[in-house]
Amino acid sequence: MTEPAAVFEHVDKWFGQLHVLQDINLSVGRGERIVICGPSGSGKSTLIRCLNGLEPHQRGRIVVNGIELTDDRRAVDRIRRQVGMVFQQFNLFPHLTVLENCTLAPMAVRKLPRAEAEQLAMDYLARVRIPDKAHSYPGQLSGGQQQRVAIARALCMQPEIMLFDEPTSALDPEMIKEVLDVMVELAGSGMTMLCVTHEMGFAREVADRIVFMDGGRIVEDTATAAFFEAPQTERARQFLGQILAH
Amino acid sequence: MAMPRQSTPLAWLRANLFSSPLNTLLTLLGLWLLWLVVPPLLQWAWLAADFVGTSRADCRSGGACWVFVREHLPQFLYGFYPAGERWRVNLGIGLLLVLALPLLVPRLRQFRRGWVLALLAYPFVAGWLFYGGLGLPVVPTARWGGLFLTLVIAGSGMAAALPLGILLALGRRSELPVVRAVCTVFIELWRGVPLITVLFMASVMLPLFMPAGVSLDKLLRALIGVAMFAGAYMAEVIRGGLQGVPAGQVEAARALGLSYWQQMRLVVLPQALTMVIPGIVNVFIALFKDTSLVLIIGLFDLLGIVQAAVTSPDWLGFTREGYLFAAAVFWVICYGMSRISRRLERRLDTTADRQQEMA
Repeated sequence: MTEPAAVFEHVDKWFGQLHVLQDINLSVGRGERIVICGPSGSGKSTLIRCLNGLEPHQRGRIVVNGIELTDDRRAVDRIRRQVGMVFQQFNLFPHLTVLENCTLAPMAVRKLPRAEAEQLAMDYLARVRIPDKAHSYPGQLSGGQQQRVAIARALCMQPEIMLFDEPTSALDPEMIKEVLDVMVELAGSGMTMLCVTHEMGFAREVADRIVFMDGGRIVEDTATAAFFEAPQTERARQFLGQILAH
Repeated sequence: MAMPRQSTPLAWLRANLFSSPLNTLLTLLGLWLLWLVVPPLLQWAWLAADFVGTSRADCRSGGACWVFVREHLPQFLYGFYPAGERWRVNLGIGLLLVLALPLLVPRLRQFRRGWVLALLAYPFVAGWLFYGGLGLPVVPTARWGGLFLTLVIAGSGMAAALPLGILLALGRRSELPVVRAVCTVFIELWRGVPLITVLFMASVMLPLFMPAGVSLDKLLRALIGVAMFAGAYMAEVIRGGLQGVPAGQVEAARALGLSYWQQMRLVVLPQALTMVIPGIVNVFIALFKDTSLVLIIGLFDLLGIVQAAVTSPDWLGFTREGYLFAAAVFWVICYGMSRISRRLERRLDTTADRQQEMA
């Protein structure tokens, strides 16, 4: 296999006294789809936020696409161009239309001409099935629609890796499916994905591996089927029992 | 109140003005006060007022002597700017009004780039028009005055205060300790000093510290003082707006690879500034009225020149007319600014209501 899309080597991170990531080792292959799960406060979001430098790590190495993530601004910028991110709270820019949300970074960062950026944006808006809302403002869309726009916005940078930070947690139940459908389709297209989520149905359907975290550590890192059929640790069994019970 | 819509004026009167004994009493009291004030005022300001004539001898009816204002109008508007050169002032102000059009007419937004360039060029063009040189006769700033001077001080103060305030506000929230400290000290220093003191310092103290032979124009010194003062206030208003932008907005912008300045220019500031339009306009209005304080360093703004006129020997005794005129001009301009700000706020609001309003 060629070089991995992203590697964590002995990564540690503290928030003040709190040791939130402890000796994290993780290798993400190209085209691999990984679901990260675990109880709240286990460090899942922090883990993927370290991958694109939204949070600095204090020890260890993070290498994305062969570029090591350091304090060097240029390295961070290069990595961010290759890594798309979708947030729990969508974080669309409310003062811009849907189309402008999608063309902003391609024009400002990749220096695409407007026409080209808009063409690209319309393509991705069509892929997330929302092209008719291109000229609406985010405030006029439902939560599910906003999250799909957020996915399109990230895709417009044509990233190598997509990070999802609990993308359906802020949604009303009836809107979860439309977002998951888009994510399943994206997974089918061969995109490398790291997804923090509690949607175990989605995990079972698309994930190649499940990473289970607890207390800032990766407790389990196994193939999806094995994880659901026979979790190796007691902690994972408990977690699955709780989350699948309802 | 969830009351059914009133059908007749009489019913409206009863519901709104005479609904209880106390309300009836208050209504009658209000009417009585209006009766005391309004008719005499009308009588004085309009019915018994003198409008035509050229000197105080023409004011004999006992009402307001608007002849006084009329005779002094050029002075009130232009100060001691030479009569033959006043077209330059008119042209300069006219240009500014043209430049303000895109704020009110959304359709003109497509020329945004050209507009920004024109805005940047305007101070130099206006400075040349007003002061002269390069083919135009020089009019020293000592001859500038009246409403014109008020507009120059307030206008340049606003134009400088907004960008200065933005930079200071960003600096105060910077992660770099030195930048943060410098901006904080600057803001607190200027905010903690009364404007009068600032103007005194600018006119009296500053020249003492200048190297020999170097002298800055008095008006220019006042302009700088006013701009710094307003900039410090503006910074705090804008900082309030910056704090109102959710952290997720910056995170999303960072995750997309935008640089710090791109994050600020494209994502944070448009939202922050829209949020604090009322606060910004508040600073503008305060600044506009505070320009009257330049009187104490010997500059004659609108109020200063009115004051000079009411104390001139030929026209003693028309204090009321003069001050009323000055107040009216100040009020009209401030109210205008407040209306423009309301319009801008409505236009920049991108929430769901807007679509309904436009549909």
